[in-house]
Amino acid sequence: MAITATAGHAHADPHHIGLVVEHLGPAPKRIVTAYGFWVFLLSDIVMFSCFFAAYAVLVGQTADGPKGSEIFEQRNVAIETVCLLLSSFTCGMASIAADVRNRLWFYLGMAVTCVLGLAFLSIEFREFADLVSRGYGPSRSAFLTAFFSLVGCHGLHVSAGVLWLLTMMAQVFAKGFRADILRRMMCFALFWHALDIIWVAVFSVVYLLGGAP
Amino acid sequence: MLGKLDWSAIPFDQPIPLVAGGVVLVGILAVLGWVVVKGHLPYLWHEWITSVDHKRIGVMYILLASVMLLRGGSDAIMMRIQQAVSYQSQGYLPPEHYNQIFSAHGTIMIFFVAMPFVIGLMNLVVPLQLGVRDVAFPTLNSVGFWLTATGALLVNVSLVVGEFARTGWLAFPPLSGLTYSPGVGVDYYAWSLQISGVGTLVAGINLVTTVLKLRTRGMNYLRMPMFCWTTLASNLLIVAAFPILTATLAMLLLDRYLGFHFFTNEAGGNVMMFMNLIWAWGHPEVYILVLPAFGIYSEVVSTFSGKPLFGYRSMVLATMAICVISFMVWLHHFFTMGAGPDVNAIFGIASMIIAVPTGVKIYNWLFTMYGGRIRFATPMLWSVGFMVTFIIGGLTGVLVAVPPADFMLHNSMFLVAHFHNVIIGGVLFGAFAGFEYWFPKAFGFRLDERWGKAAFWFTFTGFWITFMPLYIVGMLGMTRRMQHYDVAAWRPWMFVAAIGMAVLTIGVVCQVMQLVVSIRNREALRDRTGDPWDGRSLEWATSSPPPVFNFAFYPDVRGEDAYWEMKAKAKQQQFEHAEPEYQDIEMPRNSPTGFVCAFFATIMGFALIWHIWWMVIVGVIGAWATFVVFAWRDHDEYVIPAAEVARIDRANLEERRHLVSLAGTV
Repeated sequence: MAITATAGHAHADPHHIGLVVEHLGPAPKRIVTAYGFWVFLLSDIVMFSCFFAAYAVLVGQTADGPKGSEIFEQRNVAIETVCLLLSSFTCGMASIAADVRNRLWFYLGMAVTCVLGLAFLSIEFREFADLVSRGYGPSRSAFLTAFFSLVGCHGLHVSAGVLWLLTMMAQVFAKGFRADILRRMMCFALFWHALDIIWVAVFSVVYLLGGAP
Repeated sequence: MLGKLDWSAIPFDQPIPLVAGGVVLVGILAVLGWVVVKGHLPYLWHEWITSVDHKRIGVMYILLASVMLLRGGSDAIMMRIQQAVSYQSQGYLPPEHYNQIFSAHGTIMIFFVAMPFVIGLMNLVVPLQLGVRDVAFPTLNSVGFWLTATGALLVNVSLVVGEFARTGWLAFPPLSGLTYSPGVGVDYYAWSLQISGVGTLVAGINLVTTVLKLRTRGMNYLRMPMFCWTTLASNLLIVAAFPILTATLAMLLLDRYLGFHFFTNEAGGNVMMFMNLIWAWGHPEVYILVLPAFGIYSEVVSTFSGKPLFGYRSMVLATMAICVISFMVWLHHFFTMGAGPDVNAIFGIASMIIAVPTGVKIYNWLFTMYGGRIRFATPMLWSVGFMVTFIIGGLTGVLVAVPPADFMLHNSMFLVAHFHNVIIGGVLFGAFAGFEYWFPKAFGFRLDERWGKAAFWFTFTGFWITFMPLYIVGMLGMTRRMQHYDVAAWRPWMFVAAIGMAVLTIGVVCQVMQLVVSIRNREALRDRTGDPWDGRSLEWATSSPPPVFNFAFYPDVRGEDAYWEMKAKAKQQQFEHAEPEYQDIEMPRNSPTGFVCAFFATIMGFALIWHIWWMVIVGVIGAWATFVVFAWRDHDEYVIPAAEVARIDRANLEERRHLVSLAGTV
């Protein structure tokens, strides 16, 4: 804008509150993308909070069905937790490898993350299948409804994450470490770590608190 | 093969929806045919449908809202006529049809009129006011719009294929559960809102990021125009509240589709949990709608009073206070649930407290006008009309925030009058003010003032004649959503309301006429300067309509009312400055991602409603594949060469110089 070039400082400080730190202008794309994705993650956490709230309200409504302590197997949950926490570590390794443009370590990190994610999902699937086969499906009681929805919602997120992970690997394979692909990789890493944080809450609220006799 | 769908879904025995649907279908086909025959299809596809330009997307949002306003308005006319004639008789609408109409009216007016209207205005204006070239995520912006359009489409498909919900616009269980609503009506409702809700969330994330991360040089937070502040507050609320709606409707759908027990009467489900969840979204939602309108009034009142906004900082504080407190009042929607006197008292007091920052705003607008040189152009009329109308709506709101009073007035026509008073008087008047105010910016010519003023006065008086009687019948004990009634005392008031509705309808006709007349006279109404109203903020610093890149240079902002100061400065210095060095500009390429994605979302939504499972899978895979194809493209930007930028900007400046030198002589 040519006219703007002539604008001076006459009214720079209309309220006379002293020093004004001038805003430097639009942020670079990398910052904007990551920031927007953070905002999305916050909204996703709000959505999870509704399922947590529903679980808290309905946890006692077993309708003569099983209580949490009767159906939770702490050993499985411990393995699931280890899988997911380790996968966050390997996902971090893959991010570092992407930052230094090292394809081998990137593929390796992502592949291990994928395997750990799939292991988590298969254990969760077996737990769900086992409960349903014993007649303790989500329709059995409001407690089981809330349990299946909350844990299943997290599981769906992990499944989507695995799909995204494979797409990311294919993208790097086909296109290399381009700026836009690195931005997507950053978002994926944020997503995967956020799922870990949510799992910590699921583990504590559902399996530890809800599993108390 | 086709799930629950068969020929019985088409209501051959009900003439009203069939004729209405037929007329709409013929209309759509006629428009499509005209577009194809005239050869406009390539233009539409390249310049609009696949556009990622925030201005174009904003215009499409507003177009969608306007069309849906006609649909929701037709529902309103039918309801007013029904209640005027159904004293001791069945009227002309059978109960199951009447129930669908009031449900569709509420759903459409909130989700597909008010929301797209304010999101469209924010999309159109906020990047311009911030002095930047686009929103943070242009392609995502397009996806958000088309998903909203998908939701609107599904709601309208329910008119002829199947039925719509009969449960009211929030589909409370257990009425909306499978036992009492076995048909596809609630499924149409829920899937439409799930799909358009994703679109709204995307728009919210986009606009929050835009305001917080994309501002031109020197645009500190406390120099942002008020509309940007209210946009920020409103979209923060979208990001925090819409996931609650998504989760709540997901739970309702799980109950309906897979036999879960969130909100059922059996197996320990909790119906009141639905109330808490839906209103934890629903109350912030009303502020999501009204805050941008408050921003529009701030811009309009300041511009047409020729003064800076009075109490800018108190306005910012009031906006953010409303943003926070709006999450602490949801329980006032169901005082009668019986949460106990202490809980009711806390939420009653919180509901009264939230009226305080709103009062601050009203006084700020009044003081902005005080001592100003006021021009009563159409946007200003809407703003003043708002102040008069909204105060009554606000006061009746404080009245029903008192729990004992609410016990008497809950679910009465008094409540209906109250929320129409604030939503029409607040949101719709604001949307119309913004429409009149920014129309020249979007299209390069002004709207006809005479038809605009006629539209205002008919709508304004029509509103009062329609809704004041509803307060009275509410006091006389009439509950909402009655298909017929037997109380003689209500009858004359329902007649008055129906007459008011007729006046309101004339207002709508005037709006349409205004558009038609203005388009025909567009050469005479052309805005060559880019600044038709003597504006104060940066959207007026570029041409009308703005070039695709908005600004050849990022403007350098030195204070509030950035453009006003630039104009003052330019006048002093007689434009004696060197021409800046123009540079190449990179802009995002257009993309059909949003449209294709919405196409698959429509298929998926329709298939889910009718239990056509193979089609659901097709829809999901299609949507995912669309994103992968989008992610695979190699060039997402194109370059506008410096010479082209220079040519456009010089032409713009030449017009503007002429304007400012003219203004200097008066």
